[in-house]
Amino acid sequence: MALKNSSKSKKIGVVGVGSFGAAIANMLAEKSEVMVYARKEEVVAEINTFHTLSGREFNPTIRATTDPSGLCRDCDILFFMVPSSGFLEVVRNFAPFLYPYHVIIHGTKGLALNLGKGESLDTVQKLKRSQILTMSEVILQETVAVRVGCLAGPNISKELSLGHPAATVIASKYNEVILEGQRLLRSERFQVYGNSDIIGVELSGVLKNIIAIASGALAGLGLGENAKGLLISRGMVEMVHLSKALGGSVQSVMGLAGVGDLVTTCNSVDSRNFTVGFRLAKGETLDQILATMDEVAEGINTVRIVDAFIKTAGIRAPITENLHRVLFEDLSISEALQALMKYPFSVDVDFV
Amino acid sequence: MEEKYIKHRYDPIIPSKNEWPVVKLARERREFVKKVADLAESRVLGLTGKNPEILKEELETTLYREKLRIKQNPWAVDPKDEDSFWNEVKTSLLQINTDTALDKGKRFQAYQGVLHRITSRYAEEIASNFKASHYKFTRRMVTYGFARLLNAARVKGIKSIFSTQYTLQDKIQITGQTDQIRDLATKGTIVMVPTHFSNLDSVLIGWIISVLGMPPFIYGAGLNLFNISIFAYFMNALGAYKVDRRKKNLMYLETLKTYSKEAIQFGCHSLFFPGGTRSRSGMIESRLKLGLLSTAIEAQRANFQNGLNDISGKVFIVPVTINYHFVLEAPILIQEHLSATGQERYYKENDEFSNSYKISKFLFKFFTKGSDISVSVGRAMDVLGNYVDAEGNSLDKRGRKIDTRDYFLSDGKVTIDHQREEEYTNMLGKRIVEEFHIINRVFSSHLVSFVAFEIIKQKNSKLDLFDLIRLPEEEISIPYQEFKAACELVLARIFELKAQGKIDAAPHLKRTMDEIIAHGIDNVGMYHAKHPLVRDKAGDIATEDMSLLYFYHNRLHGYGLEKLF
Repeated sequence: MALKNSSKSKKIGVVGVGSFGAAIANMLAEKSEVMVYARKEEVVAEINTFHTLSGREFNPTIRATTDPSGLCRDCDILFFMVPSSGFLEVVRNFAPFLYPYHVIIHGTKGLALNLGKGESLDTVQKLKRSQILTMSEVILQETVAVRVGCLAGPNISKELSLGHPAATVIASKYNEVILEGQRLLRSERFQVYGNSDIIGVELSGVLKNIIAIASGALAGLGLGENAKGLLISRGMVEMVHLSKALGGSVQSVMGLAGVGDLVTTCNSVDSRNFTVGFRLAKGETLDQILATMDEVAEGINTVRIVDAFIKTAGIRAPITENLHRVLFEDLSISEALQALMKYPFSVDVDFV
Repeated sequence: MEEKYIKHRYDPIIPSKNEWPVVKLARERREFVKKVADLAESRVLGLTGKNPEILKEELETTLYREKLRIKQNPWAVDPKDEDSFWNEVKTSLLQINTDTALDKGKRFQAYQGVLHRITSRYAEEIASNFKASHYKFTRRMVTYGFARLLNAARVKGIKSIFSTQYTLQDKIQITGQTDQIRDLATKGTIVMVPTHFSNLDSVLIGWIISVLGMPPFIYGAGLNLFNISIFAYFMNALGAYKVDRRKKNLMYLETLKTYSKEAIQFGCHSLFFPGGTRSRSGMIESRLKLGLLSTAIEAQRANFQNGLNDISGKVFIVPVTINYHFVLEAPILIQEHLSATGQERYYKENDEFSNSYKISKFLFKFFTKGSDISVSVGRAMDVLGNYVDAEGNSLDKRGRKIDTRDYFLSDGKVTIDHQREEEYTNMLGKRIVEEFHIINRVFSSHLVSFVAFEIIKQKNSKLDLFDLIRLPEEEISIPYQEFKAACELVLARIFELKAQGKIDAAPHLKRTMDEIIAHGIDNVGMYHAKHPLVRDKAGDIATEDMSLLYFYHNRLHGYGLEKLF
């Protein structure tokens, strides 16, 4: 193991070159030498020769590779920026080359399942907490890396690449991970906060996608700003309860990764989750929408998982439950809305 | 179907006792104590940021607490000069505070002088008084004495006193990874972490260590045990250093941690009871006291810093569970647990282990009637909880060799990061608890008390725990057939878990269910005045003491077995 290298010769690794991965890689490249990983040879070639990929610019200093072992050898710090559906596979590909000195920060706002062989969400129906993994839990389970962190907050890739002011949260149990993340990402246009409640921060980013779909649906129905205010506030309460049940703290939902991201995503036509809701309300079916989207809307999978979890946790989450019926059980959007308006919410704030 | 237990005595791994790390440490005791005092001093200085005001405040807090302790909670073992020592500290502090001629630097130096006196005193107080001759004598006495008692009780006839038919190892069975721990003890440093249910545990573990042919381990024993003369002798003979739980001040805790860390770095095998004190509830410890555990991680990091990268500098964590049918202190422990967690008001009873006479009486009972104990030695792990192979290499979950040093690197160098090591300590604590559950050995008595309590709970599902325990015992009766069926259900699940490597079971659980139940009821808490489980005239299952039943039932807590009801 070549451990003697000082950090100056070490690069920063970014795994995944989707819109968010590319934006983060470019921000990192302002201060450090960056190496990105992509699975396909042609993608790597395109980045290395033309410094672009599907219209996204890459800083010319960024090198791309298809080789996980080389990336792990050249980098002590890795950013995993891949969708949750492919996350487990990517982590497993990297696991043989990761060592306990690696620092891993991920930016994936989704959940994974921890089921036995031959089991799937269709066969088990209900999920216990132990059967659900956040992305940091996937990394801890599959690799020997322990210094793990996550990146979450209102970070719309398009705005980041334009250099608009923004901020993010780096959450980790390890102060050194937070400090590294701040050192690497902080700039005049980008503020970086720290939080030790990694599970709470991950869940905030995950759960807000559910509310974003609902928000898109309201917009699609043209229901106005009162309705949106209602949704965001009730959505936040629901996020608090779900996050608590899954092991996060209330405080993190109140922070940048929770409320901050929620407000942004619920107002953003650039958000994929918002778009899903919007198009549903315009009368398209889920299959039609999925067929025409090139990147994943994490919220859809999250609704399924969280809905299966509610059944065992003994809590109610009306927005998630009704959204589940709309997405997977052919309930119409207007019926779901009616159900929600009849729901006996009586107490405004019941968690502080 | 009886499993083979380790019955032979192992050869000593280090034949010459002069080579034993603990003997070497005893030889260098004075230098070692001084080193601990100095290091503890600099740790406290580091924590106070070398600021005279903060240091002064810490000193005054310590003084105040110590004075209070001496007044309110004096013990027989406390040294006679305690009062005068702290009065001197008080005078010195007063002098420094009022001396206006001192500038900031001088003042700081003066405070540092006081600090030095305190850490030196603490280090001296903590250090063990190990004497190899005492150790040998004690070991012989325990083995010989126990064997005599045992044979007198079991073998009939006039010559029974001299019979060697039964040895202590018939009573106390050792199972698990004994070869690995012996082997690794010659190569690196072992930190053994046993479960803790009874005050007898420390003597028992000391004896086990000697049976396995390993040199004595040092360990932190509660100073309260040194109040009792018979224990004090044992403890000193076993290489115990003293932990005074009354002293919670910064200086004491830092000195204690430094002592433990330095001893591990010295190469002394150590023993921590990670639960801190005896398990009050009878459950396997789930929340560990991490203070001393963190010293194992610190020592490992310090070894890497000093370039000791091979196995000689490696620290191995070995979890051990001690399984009893019977815990002498159970009535007190469970009462303490219930009054700490619930609303019940218990009157205070005397500690059953309060004097040497009671202990001897218990020991006699223990050896004359049958009640087996088994000790399971778990797989060795590195300080991050990774299993290690025969050569002491750490292995990841896929069996790939990894270097423990990598956990302490940043930018390719070993770095000190206390916050990181705190998290590592939490991780290690979780791993130890997991291992405890894996190597925990189910006895018939655990099974029957678990099943009985769960049935009673199920029949009174509206009651909370505290009402349940207050149920009048004479009204409780479980029909035998129902009880037996439930036992079969739970036992089947236990064997399922065993097949998955999640728990262990004693060989006597392979008998017929009627035999298992009879064995369990006979043995569970057999020496208590009130029995946790009995069979009434109709042959049904009844209890004389619900709290005790709850205590023994708790041993199987944490496996999800209650879901079967």
